[in-house]
Amino acid sequence: MLQEVKVPEVAENVTEGKVVSILVSVGDEIERDQSLLELETEKAVVAIPAPFAGVVHEIKVGEGDTVAVGDVIVVLETDAKAPRAAAAEREAGEAAGRPEPQEAPEPAEEPEPEPEAPEPQEEPVPPEEPEPAAAPRAREPEPEAAAPASPSVRRLARELGADIHGITGSGPTGRITAQDVRDHVKRIVRSAEREVAPAWSEGAELPDFSRWGPTRTEHLSRVREITAEVMTRAWTTIPQVTQRDRADITDLEKFRRSHDRRLAEGAAGLSLTAVLLKVCATALRTFPRFNSSLDVRRKSLIYKEYVDIGVAVDTDRGLLVPVVRGVDGKGIAELSAELAALAAAARNKQIQPQQMEGGNFSISNLGGVGGTGFDPIVYPPQVAILGVSRAATEAVHRDGRFEPRLLLPLALSYDHRVIDGADGARFLRWICAALEQPWLLVMKGSTP
Amino acid sequence: MTDPARDTDMREQARLVIVGGGPGGYAAAFRAADMGLQTVLIDPEVNPGGACLYRGCIPSKALLHVAQVLTEAREGPDFGITFAEPRIDLAQLRSWKDAIVTRLTTGLGSLVQKRKITYIQGRARFLDERSLEIDESGGKITRLPFKDAILATGSRPIALPGQPPASPRILDSSGALNPEEVPGSLLVIGGGYIGLELGTVYAALGTKVTVVEMTGGLLPGVDRDLVSMLKRRLDGLFADILLRTRVERLKEQKNGVMVDLVDRDGQKRTQRFQKVLVAVGRRPSSGELGLEKAGVTVDDRGFVQVDAQRRTSAPTIWAIGDVAGEPMLAHKATHEGRTAAEAIAGRKVAFEPRAIPAVVFTDPEIAWCGLTQDEARQQKREVKVVKLPWSASGRAATLNRSTGLTKLIVDPESERILGVGLAGPGAGELIAEGVLAMEMAAVADDLRLTIHPHPTLSETLMETAEELFPRHPGR
Repeated sequence: MLQEVKVPEVAENVTEGKVVSILVSVGDEIERDQSLLELETEKAVVAIPAPFAGVVHEIKVGEGDTVAVGDVIVVLETDAKAPRAAAAEREAGEAAGRPEPQEAPEPAEEPEPEPEAPEPQEEPVPPEEPEPAAAPRAREPEPEAAAPASPSVRRLARELGADIHGITGSGPTGRITAQDVRDHVKRIVRSAEREVAPAWSEGAELPDFSRWGPTRTEHLSRVREITAEVMTRAWTTIPQVTQRDRADITDLEKFRRSHDRRLAEGAAGLSLTAVLLKVCATALRTFPRFNSSLDVRRKSLIYKEYVDIGVAVDTDRGLLVPVVRGVDGKGIAELSAELAALAAAARNKQIQPQQMEGGNFSISNLGGVGGTGFDPIVYPPQVAILGVSRAATEAVHRDGRFEPRLLLPLALSYDHRVIDGADGARFLRWICAALEQPWLLVMKGSTP
Repeated sequence: MTDPARDTDMREQARLVIVGGGPGGYAAAFRAADMGLQTVLIDPEVNPGGACLYRGCIPSKALLHVAQVLTEAREGPDFGITFAEPRIDLAQLRSWKDAIVTRLTTGLGSLVQKRKITYIQGRARFLDERSLEIDESGGKITRLPFKDAILATGSRPIALPGQPPASPRILDSSGALNPEEVPGSLLVIGGGYIGLELGTVYAALGTKVTVVEMTGGLLPGVDRDLVSMLKRRLDGLFADILLRTRVERLKEQKNGVMVDLVDRDGQKRTQRFQKVLVAVGRRPSSGELGLEKAGVTVDDRGFVQVDAQRRTSAPTIWAIGDVAGEPMLAHKATHEGRTAAEAIAGRKVAFEPRAIPAVVFTDPEIAWCGLTQDEARQQKREVKVVKLPWSASGRAATLNRSTGLTKLIVDPESERILGVGLAGPGAGELIAEGVLAMEMAAVADDLRLTIHPHPTLSETLMETAEELFPRHPGR
């Protein structure tokens, strides 16, 4: 609805006045009591307030006009939509009461100034008309987005590559000082250093190999990159010791062969790694320190009440370590089948990342490839790893004579911060003994 | 490319070439040279200075000073001093003003030499994003390859559509700055700052000045309470101020210019003025520069589009000042010029002012920075506004100028200063404190707790801030 606003009786005996300035424009949404215009009368210049809220539909007077009490000055559209609760301007007198609106939206720390809004065109200007001569406009980024920092501090932040809007100021009313900027950057650098340490990628520059012959460059795969990073961390942060031993698996092999012969045609046989899994699980139960992780920051050792063991699998993508869960609760045949499935999944790229997380201990069996021995590297945050090489028949002096026995070379690397040398030797000897006399496995907790 | 018949000399590649020697261009050149960049500055004038020194800020302020002296002398009887009617020697006035311009521009010329900047008098056009062709003042055409270029060609007055060619009767701002006579009557088309400043000069010299403005008020875009301080005085100074009135036709005659005016009710009338000043605004000088060949994007208003560092869509070309966007103000150009030069030198900088001051050098002056009350209203932004009329200022009273206003626009919660508005003598000088306060993220309390000298007009800033704080009755 359109409603007219008339010149009110501003003072006694005042019948007319001159419009000094108009304070609103057509289209402005105004609130009740907002000043519409200033009227100069014989007595004073008075502001004429809006008697009700609305949107300015028409302004009937111009600056310099003389108007009488009762003349229509402005037409307001009153049902245009509920007036919004913003844009309330408080003049000096009211402001002296210093109201503290609690619910007001936080104006600071907005990400970026909005793109400059198009100029509100008061009236569409036909092209043949002269353009209104504007005053020099002082337009700058929206102050609400402006972080409370001086120009030199803002420049410092920009030079250091820090977003000024992300910095908390320590000065009065949150003002950001140069020191705040430096502290902010220092914090970021420190936390970044923690995340990437040690920076395996910060190696020395390589010589130009093409001086000696042709080369080919291949970008590292993600698996290779992760392996490089983890192995660097393991090598540079874990003081590790490798304990070697050999297990006589002559009887075990005899059993494995006879078991496999009884299996149906095509069924998977019992793998040595499955037997090793079962043996290691029992050993980990017996020696709980080997089933722990070291929490360096809190200076504590975390013992795990479950036994999950990773098994290194050689794939064409690189080394993958799927984890067999709850090994201590499973039988060797079951483990053998599960292991075969996991290894196949790893090679077929069907393994899920979560199937390679969270192992407590690792086994790396290179016996299929060959070799007489190697020292594995502990895979953090685990504390020990068992390396297995190829078993070979050797002459062993037993009961006064040499006998051909099948010996399996084993190497246990462990984190010396957690495990002492004697414990390392005992753990590996326990495994060897268990392989030599498997019935010991059922006598859990005993030392062979 | 170029006419093969014309000989073009190839110049040595410039590390940085700046096209345009105004306050943006020379500031950029000085900063670049100070940082060790080999710099070339090109401008059609014999010395740097640009529109600001030759045809803008400086000559207009010289004339406004004269107007002020005349006005104050006329107010003498108020305090018991009466001068004889002044005798105005326009030739002397022009030569005094021209001497100022010459002194300042030759000063800039010697600073250019001192910094070993190569100055080429001529006009340049881009051939592509790595080379320019220069039409040198001696008639020679040269080609200049460059690594980086800054475009600082400024702006020029807009003519009315269908306006007769510039003549001694129909002036633009450049012509109006060289008064050959004091016309009996002058119509100023455009109620913006240029029209009001020059109108003030002519009115003080004795011309009957009429201002015509299309919109409903003078100085569109400026807060009305500030403008009303000025309008009260201009109502007395000018013969007439016609608002919401359009100029439909200008017809030059032997003894003047016939002007068809259409007022807000559509009523047409014809009035004769001895002279007409067209001051309807300025537009960026971005044409005829070969920008399309260089891959520089220009918007539909003619402004070259730039990023925060003032780099254009062509990575080797930068743009600053009026040609690069609003507000078209010399001090904005200077700051942009320094920013661009530093960015080219590899510094991580950006043009990110919190406030750009604007000043109208009328009597009284109007000045403001940051958020205006009008903008706050449009943005539906809650603000606290405090105003102090200068009738309370002792200094204003002693200047015989009690019409004035100081206004602070602050955030209602933090009371951080978001905008400052001033009307009154010296407002242009006072606004600098407002700009510094905004750049330093000052709150009203900071202004209140800063000792201001007494008795000065600057105290009004402190006292306005004081208004924000509760007054305890009985204390």
